[in-house]
Amino acid sequence: MGACGKTPRVPDNRCPTTCRDHSGGTTTTTTQSVANAVSVDRLTKRYGDLTAVDSVSFDVTAGEIFGFLGPNGAGKSTTIKMLCTLAEPTGGTATVAGYDVRREQGSVRRNIGLVFQDPTLDQYLTADQNLRMHAELYGVPRAELKDRMTHVLEMVGLADRRSALVSTYSGGMRRRLEIARGMLHAPRVLFLDEPTVGLDPQTRSSIWNYINDLRKREDITIFLTTHYMDEAEYCDRIAIMDHGRIVVLDTPEALKAGVGEDRVQITTVDDAAAIAALQDRFGVTARFAEGQLTFSVPAGEQFVPRLFAELGVGIKSVSVSRPSLDDVFMAHTGTTIRDAESGGGRELMKMFGARRRL
Amino acid sequence: MTATVDVVAAIRVKTPAGGLRHNLRAVRVVWQREMIRFTRDRLRIITSLIQPVLFLFVLGTGLSTITAGSTHSVNLRTFMYPGALSMAVLFTAMFSAASIVWDREFGFLREMLVAPVSRWSIVVGKCLGGATTASLQGVIILLLAGVVGVPYSPTMMLTVFGELLLLAFTLTAFGVMTAARITQFQAFMALNQMLLMPLFFLSGALFPLGNLPGWLQVLTRIDPLTYAVDPVRRAIFAHLHASPAIVARLNPGVTWGSYRVSTALELVIVAAMGAVMLGIGIWQFRSAD
Repeated sequence: MGACGKTPRVPDNRCPTTCRDHSGGTTTTTTQSVANAVSVDRLTKRYGDLTAVDSVSFDVTAGEIFGFLGPNGAGKSTTIKMLCTLAEPTGGTATVAGYDVRREQGSVRRNIGLVFQDPTLDQYLTADQNLRMHAELYGVPRAELKDRMTHVLEMVGLADRRSALVSTYSGGMRRRLEIARGMLHAPRVLFLDEPTVGLDPQTRSSIWNYINDLRKREDITIFLTTHYMDEAEYCDRIAIMDHGRIVVLDTPEALKAGVGEDRVQITTVDDAAAIAALQDRFGVTARFAEGQLTFSVPAGEQFVPRLFAELGVGIKSVSVSRPSLDDVFMAHTGTTIRDAESGGGRELMKMFGARRRL
Repeated sequence: MTATVDVVAAIRVKTPAGGLRHNLRAVRVVWQREMIRFTRDRLRIITSLIQPVLFLFVLGTGLSTITAGSTHSVNLRTFMYPGALSMAVLFTAMFSAASIVWDREFGFLREMLVAPVSRWSIVVGKCLGGATTASLQGVIILLLAGVVGVPYSPTMMLTVFGELLLLAFTLTAFGVMTAARITQFQAFMALNQMLLMPLFFLSGALFPLGNLPGWLQVLTRIDPLTYAVDPVRRAIFAHLHASPAIVARLNPGVTWGSYRVSTALELVIVAAMGAVMLGIGIWQFRSAD
């Protein structure tokens, strides 16, 4: 094991990351070296007049956890569908695991695993039978099948329930089985579309333990979409998507540092007067969101006493917080994720709800 | 991490790049799934047998009191037996096809569609699975032969089984073809109901196809199921002891004008239809994404 902590691939001793220890000093550049796991160039999807995905471009490096963050209807699911060859792009190109999504569909499919929000398990079969079926469809060699199945089941902690019908599984267990199944054929990229939606917090956290564990144990890139901010914190890099476009793309830390200032939220007796007063007396522009006035200032804690002394409008409550991804979202799109979801995204949501079915 | 060696070995899973063998593996696994679901669903097996049994023993017995005069030595139930066999096959085959819509609505279909297998292997696996399960239902009714006065002749049983298998395949292919683009289970069931009754009534399962008024004559010749029921009836009548007059009345066969269609031709027609519908089904599936 080298400095990077990862075991090299046999037989070519190539390291999954670019660590010197294993490359033996020579840089062998093969077509599938540390190339990008996913490469997207001006990808577009239009449904009639509606542009769901608008000329999106980004790259995902091999081995990272990449997150797509945004409200429902932003275009995340559509993008992921195009990358998984489930939808035909209207424009632009994309390669996944080095293969073009339009022209080399079979190769893309062989190298990806999918876990979607909608369950795709056969409830009338056992976990074993579901996995077996997946293995046959993906052509996993017979010799390796048994060990591989045990390996993935142990990984998600379902090895003792493998002979039970899936109909007896709880929601969390089914999701874990889907993750195990998605991994069965050792894909290069695992696509998780809202992997913890609809699950209770405890299950969500245990699934994330598995995912993080997975990343350490196998040579895999994880591509994730979510509208949960806390989940996005696990990612190496995040792209924020809104109305079909990527608004910003960076690591969570860099994004938060980019917003920079502390967020202060107050509720007042007269919001309109408060907004005006903040502007006139402090030069601060406040936004109204989720029933509170929100604004950013460099040093929130020092600001609060001044606020109370000088605002002139009754303040009912105040809170100061360091930047979070919610603030990042707000700063780049002008709304919080919750507001964006309840607002204009609704039309898009309906459209995608109808379209999600094959 | 104690299992590093195992992990490295495990991640070397190399999936082959398509090819016929891979697709045949997929056909086999889709077929296996049909069989597992069929054998597990005992309730479904029993309920789908109730209809043919009701048809044969309630309808058959009841009506035979009226028709005894004209059928003479051959009981109406014996006459209706091929119909009962086809009925068992028909419903099961359709249910198999309906499961595609079910899978689509409840997600499992996507698992198959996103896998690196050709669409045709999924469709063929489904048709073979439906054919097998429908024929098995037919076999259960076939075992009741003695109750309706049909002798348990091995040659007859085998011939009839073969014909039922062919019918089952064609019916499943028909179902798959119609199910390929439908997204809602209820819509499919409604379509099903609309089609099954006319297909069945016009097939010669309930009445002989000679001496019919013009319009009915034409309609029965157009019904594909007719060309599947007739061979079974011929096979059964070949083993009955009945006067030639009765046989001519009850088993006149399918006539196109003055030509009586031979069994071989009938089977070819059914097979050809099956092949065509399979082809259309595959084509529809390719574009359903």
